[in-house]
Formats: sequence, structure tokens, C-alpha cells
Amino acid sequence: MKLIKSLITVLFSTLLLISATTSSSVAMDKLHFVIGGGAGGGWDGTARGTGEALTKAGMLKSASFENMSGGGGGKALAYMINTKPANTILVQSTPLVLRSITRHKGYVKGNGTLSYKDVVPIAGVIGDYGAIAVAKSSTFKNFKDVVDAYNKDPNSVKMAGGSVRGSMDHLIGALAFQAAGADPNAVAYIPYDAGGKALAGLLSGETQIISTGLGELMGARDQVRIIGITAPSRVSDAPDAPTLKEQGYDVQFVNWRGFFGPPGMSNSDKSKIAKMLGDVQKTPEWETVRARNAWVNIYNPEGKFVSFLEKQTEEMTALMKKLGVI
Amino acid sequence: MIEGILIGLTTALTLQNILMVMVGCFFGTIIGMLPGLGPMTAIALMIPITYGFDPATGLILMAGVYYGAVFGGSTSSILLNAPGVPGTVATSFDGYPMAQQGKAGKALAIAAWSSFAGGTLSAIYLLFMAPSLSKVSLSFRSPDYFALMILGLTAIAAFSSKGQFLKAMMMVVLGLMLASVGQDSLSDITRFTFDNMNLTDGISFVLVVMATFAMSEALTIILKRNDPTSAAKQVSLTELGSIKINKEERTKMYKTIPRSSIIGFLIGVLPGAGATIASFLAYGMERNVVNDEEKEKFGKGSVNGLSAPETANNAACSGSFVPMLTLGIPGSGTTAVMLGALLGFGVQPGPRLYMTNPEIFWSIIMSMYIGMVILLILNLPLIPYIARILAVPKNYLIPLILFFSVTGIYVMSFNNFDIYLMIGIAVVATFLRLYDFPMPPLILAFVLGGLMEENLRRSLLLSNGSWEFLWDRALTACILLTTILIVIWHVYKTMFKKTKN
Repeated sequence: MKLIKSLITVLFSTLLLISATTSSSVAMDKLHFVIGGGAGGGWDGTARGTGEALTKAGMLKSASFENMSGGGGGKALAYMINTKPANTILVQSTPLVLRSITRHKGYVKGNGTLSYKDVVPIAGVIGDYGAIAVAKSSTFKNFKDVVDAYNKDPNSVKMAGGSVRGSMDHLIGALAFQAAGADPNAVAYIPYDAGGKALAGLLSGETQIISTGLGELMGARDQVRIIGITAPSRVSDAPDAPTLKEQGYDVQFVNWRGFFGPPGMSNSDKSKIAKMLGDVQKTPEWETVRARNAWVNIYNPEGKFVSFLEKQTEEMTALMKKLGVI
Repeated sequence: MIEGILIGLTTALTLQNILMVMVGCFFGTIIGMLPGLGPMTAIALMIPITYGFDPATGLILMAGVYYGAVFGGSTSSILLNAPGVPGTVATSFDGYPMAQQGKAGKALAIAAWSSFAGGTLSAIYLLFMAPSLSKVSLSFRSPDYFALMILGLTAIAAFSSKGQFLKAMMMVVLGLMLASVGQDSLSDITRFTFDNMNLTDGISFVLVVMATFAMSEALTIILKRNDPTSAAKQVSLTELGSIKINKEERTKMYKTIPRSSIIGFLIGVLPGAGATIASFLAYGMERNVVNDEEKEKFGKGSVNGLSAPETANNAACSGSFVPMLTLGIPGSGTTAVMLGALLGFGVQPGPRLYMTNPEIFWSIIMSMYIGMVILLILNLPLIPYIARILAVPKNYLIPLILFFSVTGIYVMSFNNFDIYLMIGIAVVATFLRLYDFPMPPLILAFVLGGLMEENLRRSLLLSNGSWEFLWDRALTACILLTTILIVIWHVYKTMFKKTKN
């Protein structure tokens, strides 16, 4: 009896082994994407787009998606940390770093705090640069004009952004003013509850500049003049938008989007998924998805990703302290 | 420009595009009827399909889903007091009482005709004014939005007649309190979340509506099942299906529809408002202009009270295409998703879109006419059958309402905390209802109050803490002055009545 049992086990495991080796052309069988926001948002688009490219390129057999809203993505993060689901990755972006700095507390079993360190960074895949823009009719032609006006009368420059004080939109503008030698905390930041509303505020004339993601401005390119982006060099999607760097302001900032595994994910799983996310970017299937969403490819795997996150944390912590938001 | 309009017309009239309007309107109607599932989610999930088409066709399909949902959303508002989309909440204020009086078919017909008229009229406004309307979109600043929300709050008067004033005001306060839960919209401080992450995003509007309207209504019916007055409400089936609108009602609608369509359209054009605000404002304004006899009927099944918000929400829906297409500014989640799709097609929105891409700009507007006719054809003949939902025995109907409320909320966020929260609010709301507290003031305050606070604080930030913004701009001052006059008028009227009695 015992012999038969062990025979069956051996037979089964060999079968499994064979099936595993035969399907080696596909990098992975299945992958589950957890999305910390609703359908139609940025995280949702990133996860679904990546999943689509991976399956169409034949690297992944099946991709499944799960929207889990709540707490600005905190609910999904807590889910990853608490239940450690297998074959599951979480899509996240720069707000995760900001959350780690402000240490939103108390949502994880025990006395944990939510941070990117509590999950396993796999790879950053795409990014959006920050941008500062004015209305087309504005007298400000470049960022220097803005700084000059600000130095003359700090009250004459009001900066709109699509989210609360201390959010990414605020930090992008604050970084630029800081690089120009101004006190970032003295710049009047006017928060709106969405990028579109902030744009409307700028164009209605109630604010003079807007500080937000470049992607947010693409729809209104005919109405605004982008006077500085936080990229190292000009980007192909907006070739006429100057970088802040070329104007002499040493500012670089990227709102990355990437994927994270549950705590305890094995190194081999991590490397396998990271490699797959990198390889897919060379395929035409990815290019279709990328072009449709006007994403910028910024592939940043494993160790490199972790050190990038550490550097961003350091920079943002210093800035947020100056701004008094932490 | 006429050439462009003709290009748009020929694009819209191709077989494929007419088919897309039909498909869009059909799905939109269904999505609208189902509580919880809104057009934004549907359109977001639809995007990958639309990339197989050319941009005009894709946009026509998405637009069809959008206005189809607003059109269809009135059905569940009227029949079940369970608004299908946020824009049709105000529809239930008078639509549901009307259905309870055995006039469900008539209420649905009034809603359908008003929606049709609102949508068609605003498509005409678009046709004649679209290129210049972007200026209107940008004419409102934060202080003006603040004033507009105050003006909207005067609609509460509709629910505060006859000793109800104090109760209505208490519900306003409760609504404002609920609106303040979650992360503050200007700083990143959280309020009243009790360290619970599920509350940091605030309480969703749809959740509050479902809890205070649909669920608490169902619970009230269960609690009052042996109440003889509610048993007497049982009406005959033949009555329910009648969709005849008599001459008197038609005359009322002739007056309501034009003015509500203008209010709705203008509010829709503003990126900081939308269909929900438009329907509330139109409802409040309508009550201010009708005669005293009709005024008494508001909230109890008034024809004007039903027609006004239904006209306005559809007009606003068409209007919201203005900032999206001519400025690239999305005013709502739904238009933001559509804007993303437009950019994905490689189309650059802007004030010259109607010249650079007439086949897109004008074909969307042209498809709205076709869509409105299709929606009317789709909805009117179905009314007698749909109205029969009310004839379903209560012991089946009530569990169904509860089921749809719960699943509707769950598919919005996939967060089961929302279900518990909804049940909690519904239980409280049911008790309040038993003591005759009106629910609409709570909803009005919840929506308008949140926006009012945000715009007030932003105005103060912009003016460096000075209150001068209240009269600095003519537009702000005008809106506030109108509000004050309305309030004085109401007070004067009630005082006058009292002395006469």
C-alpha cells in the first residue's frame, strides 16, 4: 500500500516536472495583479496594460486583475503585507514613497507601518515626469520669469496642483523653487481635487502657474505653455517643452510606476518577474500599449529599483520637512 | 464651420456609427438602471475595444454609453427610489412619490420626454455655440463655485415646509458632517476617520444615496408592513402602465424644460460642477419660479419637480463635452476617461478641434441627436413593462432591492467595508425616517457642502485670507445676491402667510 502511494507520488511529480519543462517557452503560467484603485485610474491602466502586453507577447499564459480601493491604495498594500498571496504582484507609484515617509500607521496586523520596505520591490516599469506650465497667454516665458516675479513679490505667483498639500504635485513645484534658491514653503500652493480642476483653475486666471505631471497636461497642450519639466533631457512626446535642467535648475523627478511582490517572495520569483517585465518592453505588443497611453519607458529592476527608492525617500523627506508637512 | 458640421453629419450617419450609437445607448440604459455600476467604469473597461475603431466611432460609442446611462438612471430612481447614477438622485425626489401614487408609467414617461428634450436642446446649444463656449467654462473661479453651491443649498427649502424646517436643517447638518469625513481636500489631514483606513477616501456619494434612499426605503416598508395606510397604497396594474401625459401636465413641462435645459447645460459646461449639481440646482430653481399651488407639491410628486432635474442632468451631460473637447479639461471621472481615450487615439483636444478634426467634434454632437431619438424609442415602449416591477409582490421586491444595493456598492470599490458602512447608515436613516426626517436635505448638503467647503477654503487661500472675494468679482456678487433675494423672498412669504392666518 505504502509502495503504491509513493509510486503514485513519484509518477505525479515526474509528470509535473515534465509539464513544467515543456512550458518553458512561456516565462510564467499565471500572474495576479492587485490594483489599489478603481477602474480607469493610473494604476489600473498600468496593470491592465502590462498584463495585456505580457499575455499578447506570449510571455505570460494568463493575467488576472483585482481592483481593491480604499485608503488611497493603503488597503491593497495592507492586503499584500497581511495575506502574502502567491503569484500576485501589486502596482504602485511614487505616492508609496510619500506614504512611507509620512508613515500612515495602524492598518497592518501588529504595529506595522505601511512602507515600500514592507513589500518586495520587483521593478519600476514606466514613469511620468513632473512639469510646470503657464497659460498660453501668460507673460512668463520660462521658469526664470516665474522666479523673478516671485522674488519681487512672493504673492504674485500662485501655484495650482491637482492634489493636497504635501502631495506629488506640490513637491514637483517645490523642488523647482528650491533649486532656484527660493524658500519652497513660501510659495503659495493652491490645491484642487483633480488635475483637470487645477488646469481649469490655471486657465480661468485664478492661479499663475501649475505644477503637475506631464501626462496630465498633454490633453491641454494647446492651452498651456510648459516652461519646465523634471526630466534629465527633453522627451519625444513633448519636444518643445524645455527641461528645468537646461535652464540651470538642477531638478530631476520622476513619478515612477512599478510592481511589488508580497513580503517573503523568493529571490528567484522576483528575478523571473523582473526579467519578464524588462523583456516585454522590447516587444511590439508592449509598444502598442505604451504608445496608446503615452507612457515613458523607465525600466528599473530589483536592486537598482531599491536604491532609486531609497534616494527618492531621502530627497523627499528633506523637502517635506522644509515644507512642514511632516 | 458649416462644412465641418456637414462632415460631422455624414460621419455620424454611416451605418457603423449609427449602430455604435444604438449599442452605446442600449448598454448605457442598462448600466444606468443598475444601481452602483456607473458609466465611468463601463467606459474604462470598454476602451481596449474602441481602439479597433477609428476615433470618431470610438467616441460616439463612449458618448452613447454616457448619456444613455444618465437617461436610464431615472428608471430605478422613480420605481425603486434607488438612483442608478448620481445625476438622477434629484429625479427620485418627485419621481418616486409619483410612482407610489400609482402613476409610475406617467412618471417614467415624463422623465423620458424631459431627458429627450434636455439632451436634444443642449445638442442644439452645442451646435450653435460650441466653439465659443470654452470661454464660459473658464469664466468660473473658486469664489463663483462657492457662491453657486450656496445658491444650490436654497433648494432645501423644498423639504422644509410645515413644521419640517427644524428637521430639514438637522438633516443638512448631518449631511455636512458626513461630507467632512476622510482626507481633507486641501491639506493631507484626515478628519473623523478614527484611524480607519477605509474612511480616508471619504464616504462615496453613491453609498450615501443608496443607504439613505433605496435601503432605508426598503427597510421602512418592512417595518410598516402592517400599517393600514401603506396597504391602501396598493394600486391597480393597469394604472401603473399608463404613459399618457395629460394637457395640464404637458403645459407644465413646456415651461419647465426650456429653463431647466439652459441651467443644466451651463452647469454642465463648467468643469467644476456636473450633472448631479445641475439637477439639484435646476430642481431648486424650478421650485422658486412655480406658483404656490405647485410649490406645495414639490417633494410629493410634482410634475415640474420631476421634469426639471431630468431635463437638466441630460443637458449637463452634453454640456460636459465642451471643456473636454475644446480645452482638454475633464470635469468628471467619466469625461477624464474619455479624454484619455481621445489622446490614445492621437487626437489633440483644443479650441480648434472643431476645425482640425471636424469628423470627430461634430460627429459626436450629431450622434447625440440620433442617440436621443434612439433612447426615446428604446425607453417609451418599455415603460408599461418596466413599471410592472412595482407589481412584483413586496416579499420578492424588497430582497431584490437590498441585493442590488449591496452588490452595486461592492462592485464600485470591491471593499466589503463599504457594505457594512452602507448598512450602518441605512439603519440610522430608517430610524430617522420613522420620525419623519426628510432625506433629500441630507443628500443635498452632502454633495454641495463638500464642494462648498473646498471652494471657500481655496478662495480664502487665493485671496490671502481676506473675505473680499465675496464681492470682488461681479459674477460672485451676482450669484450671492440672487441667493439672498431668494432667501428673503421665502422668509417674507412665510411671515406674510402667518399674519394672514
